[in-house]
Amino acid sequence: MVEGDHSFGTVSDKIGDLALKKRTPFHWYIGFAISFIVAQLLLFSVVVLLARGIGIWGNNQPVGWAFDIINFVWWIGIGHAGTLISAILLLLNQKWRTSINRFAEAMTLFAVACAAMFPLLHTGRPWLAAYWLFPYPNTMGIWPQFRSPLIWDVFAVSTYATISLLFWYVGLIPDFATLRDRAKNKFFKAVYGLLSWGWRGSARHWHRYEIAYLLLAGLSTPLVLSVHSIVSFDFAVSQLPGWHATIFPPYFVAGAIFAGFAMVLILCIPLRILYNMKDFITDTHLVYMGKVMLATGLIVVYGYAMEGFFAWYSAAEYEWFMMKNRIWEGPYWWSYWLLILCNGMSIQLLWFKRFRESAFWLFMISLVVSVGMWLERFVIIVTSLNRDFLPSSWAMYTPTMFDWSMFIGTIGFFFTLLYLFIRFVPIISIFEVRTLLPEANVHGHHQDFEENVVVVEETYDRTDPPNS
Amino acid sequence: MQKKLYGLMAEFDTATDLVDAANRVREAGYTKTDAFSPFPLHEIDEALGIKRSILPVLVFFGGLTGLCLGIGLQVFVHYIDYPLNVGGRPFLSWPAFVPPSYELTILLAGFTAVFGMLFLNGLPRPYHPVFNVPRFALASREKFFLLVEAADPKYDYDETRAFLGELKPQEVFDVEE
Repeated sequence: MVEGDHSFGTVSDKIGDLALKKRTPFHWYIGFAISFIVAQLLLFSVVVLLARGIGIWGNNQPVGWAFDIINFVWWIGIGHAGTLISAILLLLNQKWRTSINRFAEAMTLFAVACAAMFPLLHTGRPWLAAYWLFPYPNTMGIWPQFRSPLIWDVFAVSTYATISLLFWYVGLIPDFATLRDRAKNKFFKAVYGLLSWGWRGSARHWHRYEIAYLLLAGLSTPLVLSVHSIVSFDFAVSQLPGWHATIFPPYFVAGAIFAGFAMVLILCIPLRILYNMKDFITDTHLVYMGKVMLATGLIVVYGYAMEGFFAWYSAAEYEWFMMKNRIWEGPYWWSYWLLILCNGMSIQLLWFKRFRESAFWLFMISLVVSVGMWLERFVIIVTSLNRDFLPSSWAMYTPTMFDWSMFIGTIGFFFTLLYLFIRFVPIISIFEVRTLLPEANVHGHHQDFEENVVVVEETYDRTDPPNS
Repeated sequence: MQKKLYGLMAEFDTATDLVDAANRVREAGYTKTDAFSPFPLHEIDEALGIKRSILPVLVFFGGLTGLCLGIGLQVFVHYIDYPLNVGGRPFLSWPAFVPPSYELTILLAGFTAVFGMLFLNGLPRPYHPVFNVPRFALASREKFFLLVEAADPKYDYDETRAFLGELKPQEVFDVEE
């Protein structure tokens, strides 16, 4: 999983020096400047929104939920790949996760930050949202309604953001210690020293550290599955045809992982070239991610097929009308077929080695899939709402300039945070890459970072040390 | 006049050397020992006789607290403090209370795992005597260190130093307090 001739020292230098020693490359300034300027669109949109209210958006009856929830679900879905890579692949003992987990987790955090903005701002008055969303005893004596999926969402997303942050930070502690010990500049030495909490690599500390890391992985795994399930409850618990479907939770989770891996590929393909990280993020990594994308993409396509099948098989008049409206009779039929093209057709190329092993094609397919996953939420939300139960209230939905500026603004915000991360934090987990090197073996026994401590204890008899 | 010593530290080049040395040190009867490595080494737990941490138990109770908190909060809000009739459904509609309780369980268990680990490790602790050894900066990079504390009952400066010298280290350092 590590290519090239590397030792513990060169691994530390190659990854650590990006943050510490190397001159900031010119392309970093350009990329950061563009992202930062685009992020100003978000600031502008939010200011106008708070000044004038959510009337500046295109949402209106019957399409009361539109860009805000589409973008919320899109961003939070992207985040899921980070947790999948860091937690589920850790538990499944997939070593290839080691060199991509750090920035995939960072991507999760920033994506969740973008996602959380939308529902909060959709309240129109986010400063009041504290008592609408969080159960704290207030002078008005009112509580949130815990039977509502929207409150489940608050709990799911805030827990998800917190646990993702903890997971990411715990992984960073030993790497911050590496940077602290290597920094020459007094200021950075102090900053990284504080961030590492005085980590010194003691055997007792590592012992508890691994237990904590493994437990966090075990806790994050059901968490990541629950978060997008709960997001899908926002729709599935309602009575609206097109939303009220039992397949939503698994289908949303698969879609989230699908979109997330597309985003990981979009980020890591340029990153490994620009920062010369091909030794750590190898071609094998890209192939694996391509395969995960194909597998999850097929689950998503199965979800589309089942939505159609249920609508027909249920023989429910409104369900079948919704499906016909979505696919060929309604005004948004083109969005459905574009979705099938982006999510269903494009990934079929991944069956072929030629496309799977080409970074260029993986990058293009990932871009198409990202668009496709956005369209999926558009199709689910807008086509279901624009023809509701009462024909007299049927109406079209058109996004306004502010819908677009806020969405594009969050993309700028996401990349701004990502550029700062690349500049100041080791983008690959240094200590975990060390465990992949052959020198890390003791008496030829492989150091599985993922291995449970219990297993090791059982392999030796305390009274008969292995080396005597 | 010599400064007070915290202990003696031996530097090794490879993980195998460190584990072998740690085994010898334990067999010789030293108990207040520690090892430092740039990545987790499972064999060292055995070699130094490190007991399994209590952390998983704490995390279990952390999660249990979260679960009770979640159920308690929602039962209090919807059954005791402000019962609200929603479409004639029961006030104690427990299936709806599952998702928030579940999330709170994970949240508190996660907090316990991270802050429990840091607490049991005695972190944050920016200063520690081992940092007084200049070569120790390599412990977070590529070298392996074994420490015998002066507080060990079997510790004797000359004897322990000679003993550590026998373990084929790169070098043995005095760790100043």
